[in-house]
Amino acid sequence: MASITIRSVKKNYAKTQVVHGVDLDFASGEFVVILGPSGCGKSTLLRMIAGLEEISDGTIAIDGKVVNKLEPRERGCAMVFQNYALYPHMSVAQNIGYSLKVAGVPAAERTQRIQAVARVLELEHLLDRKPMALSGGQRQRVAMGRAMIREPKVFLFDEPLSNLDAKLRVQMRSEIRKLHRRLNATSVFVTHDQVEAMTLADRLVVINGGRVEQVGTPAEVYGRPASRFVATFVGAPAMNMLEGTVTLDGISLLGGSRKLNVSRAGLAVSSKVAVGVRPEAVRMVAPGTPGALAATVDLIEELGAGRVIYVDLDGAPFSVVTSEAVHPEPGSTIGLQFAESDLHFFSSEAGGRLEVFKASVPEPALQG
Amino acid sequence: MVERTPILNFFTHLILFAGFVFCVAPFVIVAIAASHNLKDVNDVPMSLLPGSDFWVNIKTAWTTADLGPKLLNSFIMAFGVAAGKVIISALTAFSIVYFRYPGRMLIFWLIFITLMLPLEVRIVPTYAVVTNVLEPYQTIMDLTGLSWLIEKISGVQVQLSLGLLNSYSGLILPLIATATGTFLYRQFFLTVPDELTEAARMDGAGALRFFVDILLPLSRNNMAALGTIMFLWAWNQYLWPLLITTDQSHAMAVTELKQLIPNVGGAPEWHIAMAGTLIVMLPPMIVVVLMQRWFVRGLIATEK
Amino acid sequence: MEKRVTFGRWTIGILFAVPQLILIFTFFYWPAGQAVYWSLTLQQPWGGGNIWVGLDNFRSILANADYWNSITASMIFAGISTGLAMIIALVLAALTDRQLAGSWLYRVVLIWPYGIAAPALALAFRFILAPEAGFMAVVNKVWPGFWDPGLDGTDAMASVIIAFSWKYVGYNFIFFLAALQAIPRSLIEAAAMDGSGVIRRFWDIQFPLITPTIFFLLVINITESFQDSFGIVDIMTAGGPANATNLMVYKIYSDGFKGLDYSGAAAQSIILMLLIIALTIVQFRFIERRVHYR
Repeated sequence: MASITIRSVKKNYAKTQVVHGVDLDFASGEFVVILGPSGCGKSTLLRMIAGLEEISDGTIAIDGKVVNKLEPRERGCAMVFQNYALYPHMSVAQNIGYSLKVAGVPAAERTQRIQAVARVLELEHLLDRKPMALSGGQRQRVAMGRAMIREPKVFLFDEPLSNLDAKLRVQMRSEIRKLHRRLNATSVFVTHDQVEAMTLADRLVVINGGRVEQVGTPAEVYGRPASRFVATFVGAPAMNMLEGTVTLDGISLLGGSRKLNVSRAGLAVSSKVAVGVRPEAVRMVAPGTPGALAATVDLIEELGAGRVIYVDLDGAPFSVVTSEAVHPEPGSTIGLQFAESDLHFFSSEAGGRLEVFKASVPEPALQG
Repeated sequence: MVERTPILNFFTHLILFAGFVFCVAPFVIVAIAASHNLKDVNDVPMSLLPGSDFWVNIKTAWTTADLGPKLLNSFIMAFGVAAGKVIISALTAFSIVYFRYPGRMLIFWLIFITLMLPLEVRIVPTYAVVTNVLEPYQTIMDLTGLSWLIEKISGVQVQLSLGLLNSYSGLILPLIATATGTFLYRQFFLTVPDELTEAARMDGAGALRFFVDILLPLSRNNMAALGTIMFLWAWNQYLWPLLITTDQSHAMAVTELKQLIPNVGGAPEWHIAMAGTLIVMLPPMIVVVLMQRWFVRGLIATEK
Repeated sequence: MEKRVTFGRWTIGILFAVPQLILIFTFFYWPAGQAVYWSLTLQQPWGGGNIWVGLDNFRSILANADYWNSITASMIFAGISTGLAMIIALVLAALTDRQLAGSWLYRVVLIWPYGIAAPALALAFRFILAPEAGFMAVVNKVWPGFWDPGLDGTDAMASVIIAFSWKYVGYNFIFFLAALQAIPRSLIEAAAMDGSGVIRRFWDIQFPLITPTIFFLLVINITESFQDSFGIVDIMTAGGPANATNLMVYKIYSDGFKGLDYSGAAAQSIILMLLIIALTIVQFRFIERRVHYR
């Protein structure tokens, strides 16, 4: 159990900077997921906490103690790697117990602790096997066991589920969650998979291009994305984005063919904004319904429980998720509606969230 | 392969069989000749049916060339070279792959260049060094004035001298001083996933621990391959032992073959010569046959 | 290629390289430097130290007909034995690659000769090719005086070449087979679908794809023919008759250790070193091209 404090941490490789001054606080016992696209610096950040990567600038403290100069073994962290990194020549028991062996724990105590961990992870019957003889899920558990046995203050997970097939991934996800509840150690979990992130996290950190975009609970990040990047990255299918221009009495959309009656709240006339709406928040109505937007159906993706309908909205791609049993023909015209309260506004240049538009205008927001 | 025409297959088998005979015939002839007596082996043409004197000839060759101790010498040397190579190359490769330090590339190239010049081409000066291995250091100390300084301070004249002629170290060490194995390990170490190293570091293992606990066990196949190749290579050395072992008690089996060449004017004792050849051939043959997999693997890996 | 993950304490890292460095300094760089030094100086009789003679040693060697004879002999030896060993090996490898029943046998057996020490196989071939007792004696019975490596330089050279080629066929075979098996089956099958026959496929597909291996083996075979020939020559012909098989390494050995002409032997070593370095550089140029190939 330990808190982690990250203060203006930077990372440079030769001339390129991959982490640009990150500040984060993880509370003791918290399950934090760091989410971002590949190459965003999330793994680098995790590895800096682990001590596998030098910290170029700033400080990382575990339980209030700055660990910048400490070796990995001195930081009290354990890590689960993406491809498990099991020692191929050692048995499961040896793999799990290796850190204890290095630390000079007597053989008897070691065996006992290996047994205890194996019991929790249901690995008891596999202790003599080599990693080669294990299935993906079993290897994953061994990797977990290796991390657990040291009773670390902090668990670090570097995309540990990405090598598993879809079904196993869902199963391991809940096992990790259960394990966390049981051990209650501070956990930092890195992933690029937003479903994984949403389901696991107490708190979510979204990173892009080496910068923190948003920190919050999964519900906060989904419901009030702090930037255009977060809005499109979190949620599948991605949030629809329409480019708009601020006019004297609102925002003109889709090349001026639509108009949004909102107050421009201090924004300069003719400045650009992005207006987003989640596909789940869009309603499909009969074409010609008053106030509805007309769109042409491009493609339908059947999901079983519902379907995603990809449409063309005056030349802009747009998607709708519906659970209703509607099957419009590709090429046909449908009507779309959404509530003003479901709209998100972002500045076109900086990409930051604009709250100013929201409160002022009553429904219906869109005028056909 | 795609086609299976009988004519093509027939010629394939024919040529391959000819190649097979080409490879095996000398072994067979040596074995048969070793079983004849003096008269039969000099018959023209020599009978290809084995004679009855095989064990007698083997025994004669064994005592004439004193092969017992010589085989033991060969074995000690070949084993020493193989073991030395396997260990020292692993250490060096670990250093140049797993550490970053100033001059690392220089060391890399210094070692790499040794691949180019085999012992045979620098035989004369290498021989001179072995007569006194400390000579390079003496010369350096003389040239830098260090010996002078030591003599001034302590009154002791520096005279470093350590001759390695007629010693196992003299035989073995110069044969280890090349890069062959280093690059074999290097190639392998580069394929070891970084995560394994990181996992070991997270588990609290330092460099030495990682090397001994993780890297060496993982290198077992490479060690077997390198050891096999080096054993054969050292066993088959000829020029170097010829020079270094002036003293009979250190002579090698391979160099002793010369004693068995029938003298001009003497009795053409080919049956004894072939028996001796057979004895000397046998140990490397056994290694090749038993370790074929490692041998082939090592061959291909050490050269790339 | 570099490792991303390394250990921090590099002072320890250097220690791991120290044994190797001491060895190569003592037994490689120092002797190599010594060879250069000796080649440029002349050793005084009765140990009067070395006197500087510049390139005189090289001049006298290059003016010596015996030395040129040795170079010619080495070139002939290298050229013919390499050619023989490689062509035979390539044919055998290409046929083994057809994977007919029993091809495992060839894969196992053909490498055996490479395991044999050069002097041992030399002694075997000295017997097999002896003019009065072995198998060439049969030929001599039909055509008296046809074959005598003890008297005829060409016969002696032929004997040495046969012995050396016999050893290296197996070695080349291993590499050719590995290269041929590395060619994706689908490529050969595609060519067959395009209507190309066995021979055609070999020349159009397989041969171009294994050219890197061919080139690599060429360099290795030539280099080995310089060094591994020593044992064969020493046992079979001792450089004779009339210097016909006095190959370069053998001459260095006899001049240096029998004639005690260290300076001359050193100069010859330097020339041989330069030759081998040149070959290696050519090989590296080719490897660079090979990178583009893949």
